[in-house]
Amino acid sequence: MRIAIVGFGSVGRGVAKVLIEKRSYLRNLIGDYRVVAVTDSKGGVYDENGLDLRKVLEIKRRKGSLPEEITSIEVVRDLDFDVCIEVTPTNVESGEPGLTHIRECLKRGIDVVTSNKGPLVVAFRELMDLAEKNDARLMFEATVGGAMPVIKLAKVDLAGNEIISVKGILNGTCNYILSRMEKELLPYEMILEEAKELGIAERDPTYDVEGIDAGAKLVIIANALMGLNAKFEDVERVGISDLTPEAFKVALENGYTIRLIAEANREYLRVSPRLIPLNHPLAIYGTLNALEIETDLAGEVFVIGKGAGSVETASAIISDLICLKSLRCS
Amino acid sequence: MINLTMVVELEDKPGQLIKVLEPISKLGGNVVSVTHRRDEVTPLGRIPVRIAVQIDESKMDRLLREIEGRGIIVRSFNRVRHAVATSLLLIGHIIHTDLRETVDAIDKTGFAEVVEMRIVMPELNKPSTAFIKVSAVNEEKLKESVEILKGVCKSKGIKVIEPL
Repeated sequence: MRIAIVGFGSVGRGVAKVLIEKRSYLRNLIGDYRVVAVTDSKGGVYDENGLDLRKVLEIKRRKGSLPEEITSIEVVRDLDFDVCIEVTPTNVESGEPGLTHIRECLKRGIDVVTSNKGPLVVAFRELMDLAEKNDARLMFEATVGGAMPVIKLAKVDLAGNEIISVKGILNGTCNYILSRMEKELLPYEMILEEAKELGIAERDPTYDVEGIDAGAKLVIIANALMGLNAKFEDVERVGISDLTPEAFKVALENGYTIRLIAEANREYLRVSPRLIPLNHPLAIYGTLNALEIETDLAGEVFVIGKGAGSVETASAIISDLICLKSLRCS
Repeated sequence: MINLTMVVELEDKPGQLIKVLEPISKLGGNVVSVTHRRDEVTPLGRIPVRIAVQIDESKMDRLLREIEGRGIIVRSFNRVRHAVATSLLLIGHIIHTDLRETVDAIDKTGFAEVVEMRIVMPELNKPSTAFIKVSAVNEEKLKESVEILKGVCKSKGIKVIEPL
């Protein structure tokens, strides 16, 4: 298997590390593999006989970017390889640059494994159709819930079930802020500052706290699991920045807490703060993600796990990679 | 007969519950359930006890007077008219945007009503928070009444936090 890693940020580097460290283990599952290209926003390196990933990681660490030997576009258009791991940054409005990368690969019949939400939010149906037409596969477990299994759980393990609805916590940053507000009864702004200092919230937290990230994931889940053709604009979205310590106080006195819940059913897609009974499985703490999947046969299935992180997200990508080679997943 | 629920705050010592149960019995009421909420002890060390009672409607007011007359703190005293209920949280300028009108929007439907409300006001001119319980004749009407409430709150700039 010849692999190209397009995008070499935290997730791309996490994948590279796992491909190095678990080589002998993975070889048993997917056969021999080599990474023939690695690119980032500045440039990239390639070697059809396989790159030394340790060296590539070292260059990236020392220089901050890769040398300008080859660009991402050149890789996806011209280079010969079997699987593209597309892990460039997400843009939920244009889907770029990932959308172009994925389109080019699928057109050439190259399988794609991605953690990039943007292309799937913008063009889910188009990409799925393109994959089918060209006998390629597009795997995207890593786009939702990080390490938490969602897509393959529903498609493989719950195969034969109709997914009636999903509701869950799809953004670890918001969940951290809300669970801290619940415990400390401190104002939102103060907890947000704390989250920024800990590196849990971005300097500009809009993408997380306004529910954009959770909304994007919800669109992907709804389309992939429930067969909808939802767009990002279809998500009713309310963020968490108006929540007050008093709201938590009053909620707690009545046996509830507040969490940002993403919910999809046949009637609506919604991301909003909701009252959650304190003993409900969705009343989780810290940066965890969780999802309750309502099915027609299996009833309710609940998953919980780490929703972000370099190696955690790599876990989902590696599982997709193995899935590409496995009969069980096809 | 009507259904009543009340929450009384009792001191944690023998002989307290009887002070509440006696008047109920005297007025011909039927105690449906009694739950001690020991995990919610008040700052003064009292234990909230929720009591559900069936009693003749005409004796409702007298029951409250009798219980309070025995020195018991009655935190809430509600007639349960409807089968289903849900709780919501409102955040915003609830009082200044005519609370009465907000509550009336539900009450005047005839199929739903606001049965409980707790408001916390941190500071003047700061947004306040209300925990509000709405009950209705059935699930469908409950949903409808929540939509009405959301509509009213939206027009007043009050944020509604719905239950799961």
